[in-house]
Amino acid sequence: MNVAIIKYNAGNIYSVAHALRRLGIEPLVTADAEALRGADKVIFPGVGEASTTMQHLRQTGLDQVIRSLRQPVLGICLGMQLLCRYSEEGETECLGLFDTEVKRFVARRHEDKVPHMGWNTISGVKAPLFRPEAEGQFVYFVHSFYVPVNPWTAATTDYITPFSAALHRDNFFATQFHPEKSGSVGEAILKNFLSL
Amino acid sequence: MLAKRIIPCLDIKDGTTVKGINFVNFREAGDPVELGAAYSRAGADELVYLDITASHEGRKTFTELVKKVAANLSIPFTVGGGINELSDVERLLGAGADKVSINSAALRNPNLIDEIARHFGVQVCVVAIDANFEHGEWICYLNGGRIPTERRLFEWAAEAEQRGAGEILFTSMTHDGVKEGYPNEALAELTAQLHIPVIASGGAGKKEHFRDAFTLGRADAALAASVFHFGEIRIDELKAYLKENGINVRL
Repeated sequence: MNVAIIKYNAGNIYSVAHALRRLGIEPLVTADAEALRGADKVIFPGVGEASTTMQHLRQTGLDQVIRSLRQPVLGICLGMQLLCRYSEEGETECLGLFDTEVKRFVARRHEDKVPHMGWNTISGVKAPLFRPEAEGQFVYFVHSFYVPVNPWTAATTDYITPFSAALHRDNFFATQFHPEKSGSVGEAILKNFLSL
Repeated sequence: MLAKRIIPCLDIKDGTTVKGINFVNFREAGDPVELGAAYSRAGADELVYLDITASHEGRKTFTELVKKVAANLSIPFTVGGGINELSDVERLLGAGADKVSINSAALRNPNLIDEIARHFGVQVCVVAIDANFEHGEWICYLNGGRIPTERRLFEWAAEAEQRGAGEILFTSMTHDGVKEGYPNEALAELTAQLHIPVIASGGAGKKEHFRDAFTLGRADAALAASVFHFGEIRIDELKAYLKENGINVRL
């Protein structure tokens, strides 16, 4: 299988590549439009800041490339947020593939620490991104911004407020958590995405 | 609900694990990648790899090790030891570490915290504080507990948070190695004061100590080394015990 990881100015790209290698797949890490369009699966990872990343995607034309993809695409963390319409982080216009905004966590109690960092459970998991076994499992999150629950929510997590742990619309899939850092549960989710 | 975390710490010298006897067999115990993977299978939520080598050669060996860990481990890990400037952070994150832990360098140059947070985000920056309880005060120490400073635990932790620390790793030198439990009162004061996660470190001898760090100390995570390395406490059994005691852990 031909899996491409979108190469751009964000951290954490290589941890996704490592996770794929552990599954026996050697990914292509690339910013080349033709290579991305020709891949069987595309992964859009990311840790970073929304406005500078969007600026980079626009300058390099990757924004148009991502919108044009027809094969299964998986956005991870910042990658998921950038697939949405707008982010409060840096008041950024994003890619708009999910017509929802990205909001900043606002703590309500002293115990509510931001960023939301660590292991939390996912519920209401939906096929085809998830198998039923994923229900209630712990996955690893690191984020200060979240996508509210919306018609494309494919799993939810409750932290300060219930939010979208995953999204799905047509060929676009996304997880707020890091499947590549979520142990065997994350590996199963990645494997499932690769089988779509 | 966000789970409380259990974090084994591995001391690394010249690319091999310093402690480690009974947890797995000898071959695995000396190999930090194998040991980390074994901890991960047993249910560790994160790992800390602490480079205790001082030499330049050792630094390079450690960076190579971080690359191997990143390729093999499917849970997050933090690296610490010998991080003095931003370029060290860049090198270790580039090698695949998820977070870095800074200690003496932050005390000497607090601005390093701001720089790390600005360049890589607050989630990357763990500020480790070694403090000893003396004459009613928690005194912060430099250089692995060898040099006392003018700084005090609570005010230094507050400054670190304000500058951009993502987590505080508090090691009580008073409790470390004594195996009579974590400093729960100080932990409770720290967690009440801060708005970032606090990792308790130093003093674990039995399962109850972890429970108390979470319930009495309100810690977000508990770190330990020898009790795990020497097989005195198994991580899977510890987590089952914590769960039975009403603490939300990842099983």
